[in-house]
Amino acid sequence: MASLVRSWIPLLILQSFLVAVAFGSKEAEQFSEALLLKPLPDRKVLAHFHFENRAPPSNSHGRHHHLFPKAISQLVQKFRVKEMELSFTQGRWNHEHWGGFDPLSSMNAKPVGVELWAVFDVPQSQVDTSWKNLTHALSGLFCASINFLESSTSYAAPTWGFGTNSDKLRYGSLPREAVCTENLTPWLKLLPCRDKDGISALMNRPSVYRGFYHSQRLHLSTVESGQEGLGSGIVLEQTLTVVLQPETTSVETNMQPSWSLSSLFGRKVVGSCVLAKSSNVYLQLEGRLGHESKNVDTEIEAHKLWKNADFDLSLKPDRVLRESSGLLFIFDIDKSSDSEPFDLGLNWKLPSKWSCQQAPLQASRFLMGSGNERGAIAILLKATESQEKLPGRELTDGRCTIKANIFQIFPWYIKVYYHTLQIFVDQQQKTDSEVLKKINVSPSTDKVSSGMLEMMLELPCEVKSAAISIEYDKGFLHIDEYPPDANQGFDIPSALISFPSHHASLDFQEELSKSPLLSSFKEKSLVRSYTEVLLVPLTTPDFSMPYNVITITCTIFALYFGSLLNVLRRRIGEEERFLKSQGKKTGGVKQLLLRLTAKIRGRPIEAPSSESPAAESSFLSTKLIFKIILIAGAAAAWQYFSTDK
Amino acid sequence: MAEEQNKKPCRFWIWASASVVFRLILISFPGNLNLSSRPEVSTPLTSIRRLAEGYWLKQASMSPYAGSMYHGSPLLLSVLGPLTVQRIKGQPSHLLCSLVFVIADILSAMLLRGIGQKLQMAYGLNARLLGFFMDKVILPCGDIAALVYFWNPFTIVSCVGLSTSPIENLAVILALFGAVTRRVPLAAFGFVMATHLSLYPATLAIPIIIILRYGLDAPPIKLFLQTRSVENEKSSTSTVSKQAKSKQTTHLPFLWKTVAHFLFWVLLWSLYVLVLCALSLNKYGGLEEMFKRTYGFILSIEDLSPNIGVFWYFFAEVFDFFRNFFLIVFHVNVLFMLLPLVIRLKHRPCFLAFVYLAISSILKSYPSVGDSALYLSLWALFVNELVDMKFSFFLFCGYLGISLLSPVMHNLWIWRGTGNANFYFGNAIGYACFQIVFVVESVSAMLNHDRALRRSSSNHGEVKS
Repeated sequence: MASLVRSWIPLLILQSFLVAVAFGSKEAEQFSEALLLKPLPDRKVLAHFHFENRAPPSNSHGRHHHLFPKAISQLVQKFRVKEMELSFTQGRWNHEHWGGFDPLSSMNAKPVGVELWAVFDVPQSQVDTSWKNLTHALSGLFCASINFLESSTSYAAPTWGFGTNSDKLRYGSLPREAVCTENLTPWLKLLPCRDKDGISALMNRPSVYRGFYHSQRLHLSTVESGQEGLGSGIVLEQTLTVVLQPETTSVETNMQPSWSLSSLFGRKVVGSCVLAKSSNVYLQLEGRLGHESKNVDTEIEAHKLWKNADFDLSLKPDRVLRESSGLLFIFDIDKSSDSEPFDLGLNWKLPSKWSCQQAPLQASRFLMGSGNERGAIAILLKATESQEKLPGRELTDGRCTIKANIFQIFPWYIKVYYHTLQIFVDQQQKTDSEVLKKINVSPSTDKVSSGMLEMMLELPCEVKSAAISIEYDKGFLHIDEYPPDANQGFDIPSALISFPSHHASLDFQEELSKSPLLSSFKEKSLVRSYTEVLLVPLTTPDFSMPYNVITITCTIFALYFGSLLNVLRRRIGEEERFLKSQGKKTGGVKQLLLRLTAKIRGRPIEAPSSESPAAESSFLSTKLIFKIILIAGAAAAWQYFSTDK
Repeated sequence: MAEEQNKKPCRFWIWASASVVFRLILISFPGNLNLSSRPEVSTPLTSIRRLAEGYWLKQASMSPYAGSMYHGSPLLLSVLGPLTVQRIKGQPSHLLCSLVFVIADILSAMLLRGIGQKLQMAYGLNARLLGFFMDKVILPCGDIAALVYFWNPFTIVSCVGLSTSPIENLAVILALFGAVTRRVPLAAFGFVMATHLSLYPATLAIPIIIILRYGLDAPPIKLFLQTRSVENEKSSTSTVSKQAKSKQTTHLPFLWKTVAHFLFWVLLWSLYVLVLCALSLNKYGGLEEMFKRTYGFILSIEDLSPNIGVFWYFFAEVFDFFRNFFLIVFHVNVLFMLLPLVIRLKHRPCFLAFVYLAISSILKSYPSVGDSALYLSLWALFVNELVDMKFSFFLFCGYLGISLLSPVMHNLWIWRGTGNANFYFGNAIGYACFQIVFVVESVSAMLNHDRALRRSSSNHGEVKS
């Protein structure tokens, strides 16, 4: 039996290959993997894994995939997703030290938690439904609570502030989402070699999650084929960006730490994923251009580039590229094997310092005010050192200006007063017309939708700092709307600051290869930065006493209703009779008892007649007997129970 | 005696102007003493900050009701909205608005004085008709009520604290004034505006109709009939009083024409107000959105931010399943007492109006001290009748204690975080209880007063015969 199966397998493989040749479209599905390593100025190392999977346009029905993950293509087909990006991030990108003006940071510096945005190719009325379905599908696919983005209070429809101008765009983020291996494993499952082979084999979970920052991103876009009868192709881009601290033994604090792949990840690359069209490792060194500017042609000079007085690499690069601010070493890992694993190392010999290119303005956001009633949110934009050197300044009316878009979502329990928006430029308050070029506000509705603020600021180039503040009241939620840890506070998602006139791209001096990583770097990308997530403590009710509150409030109502009705009900006739009887008072206790019995019997008080004293006395005696019996019974019961113990 | 009479108005004007000056001093304080953000003063319905937000949204060509900020009338928005933006140079920004509220307060007090004078005259007339109490000094209830309105800390706080309740109160008082002075269009206007601004004064339709139909507050008709019969038997000589009496008894039963007149004007004014609202909301959601965002907001108690009522905490804690049930129960409670009160107090329509306003202020979705200010000064109109009210000192201390404790508890809970929500809710419960006792005791005192009248009139008759 086993042998039969074994003999069938080659046949099956052959058959599938034939099928692929016969029915596969002109372009085959392509997969490529790449890893970019980059030492950072603050003694850390950035590792950026990049996997690209392309499915060419084909017939929309009966689509077969060889490399492309079926789950994703089904997702795209079912919900008609035009473009989508999902990111899971832990840690905060340090714009000051890790850069803010290169494609790597503008694409991979993501807000904490989960961020999802998608553009749909459906009629406007169905966008929200598609979004809800998509969140549920992704939630199942990535083992994350993305389905919380389903409710209309957690997502928004940015018009222009997000950078993508589309009315079918939906954006949502979950700052509280904890990101861990359970999200990485399904993400790795989408790769043809998973993490068994190739570059992805480096992803040792402890070392990845030990880092200062890690962000796993999944970006997919559909490419229209333009041909009739053909569906659209899908490009799936998966990246994982990790910032790691190499372990160092050197005592010198200004010395950059030396590292190798095996010291960073605890693993080595033992060969490329056989299904990948290209698998490369890149090493980017910034600020390495000062000492030589000649063309590198000769072997010796190329050698000098990777083994010199400052540092040396453990392996010889296959190629060296120059870009505007540094060097890029390219390694091909196809040659590595079990016996000769690829273990790139960088060894610093001299202390070295450089700085990253930063975005024109550095954004931070903070809360103002104390107490749980109200407060204000402030966004502070500070000019960076590199601001003056940057391209992309604009001259409007003879003035040099920087444009900055601010996009912010407010959950509904942050009740923002948009009329309190104040803009300060260099500590001087400006009126809206001076600096505010465009503003779009969609206020939040309680328990229905979240608020959104999009602003385009036009600041003068010589600006040192700009601050925006907006006041809000804190809402009070229903007891069920609080999360289990209510006193921790609520998160306000990051604001997105983008600079529409600045675009980051790396331009290599040589026209080069079809490496997807490099070509994605070459594209101009919008410079973006996300601000911090804010934690707003909200007042909590007493969770333990809904019953008390209900009973006490109802008691108040009973008091109101009962006492008022009692006052109104009292009759004048009754009153007068009472007065009359008061006039003919015979004896206090007797009178009281009489009235009591009258009340109990529901009869009007009988005028005390001559016969009544006898009746009264007999009644009194029965009552007395009843009382005595009651007390005796109570005493007997007490005696019984106390002796029982 | 005459000198005293002259002196009294003089003294009244001094006190009235003193309170106006006091208000002006308070509003000129920078930072506004932070009163406008106190939950006791400004509710989601009356807060001027929300009004400013609504105005801003409208200026940004959005519906003022977009978002859950503004829940007031669109008319108020076009009147007060521009004032929230404009500022006199070198003055705090809220000055113009505050001035409007001070003027509204002055108007309200003056109208109250007018009502009081009418009531005082009616009281004197009735006393003379019944032929007793001539020895007793009739207190100038108009002046007292106006001064209570002027100097009530609740009124001052809600005027200085920039809540729109002075304007709502003005509309209510205007309606009563119109009814008392038998200016039907004015009464209808006040009634429609008050209902438009805060919904609850809709219950005032009953007292206003009774005032227009039967006339002002008077002892029960039975008494007059009794006295007349007694006097007829006696064939008394005073023809003047007899004429007056006969007039009183003849005009009592039917004035349907006036009522129809009133209803006609109500219809006219409400159409007018609705057309104005529709015009100002023309580009946005229209009237449907307005009703949903104003009356719907009041009735469904969506905003759970703390106030001095008990509803916010109740609906923050109650299970969602029962929410609608309790909403119905609580709102029906406001309506439930209307009929019993009418039956017992139909001869005293102004007092009935006071009781209705007090009840709606207790059971309001978003109560504020401005509502208490209104019913407290209306209460002062009946000082002559309510002199024998029980627990008045206890109630005074209660109100004082609550108004001192409430900021403390709020501070402990919200700002310091050392207390919890029960601190403030306990305060709200206390406030509700005191208000309830106040209303119940007032009603009881008024009924007792009628009883006393009856008794003394029968005694009087006996003595005379």
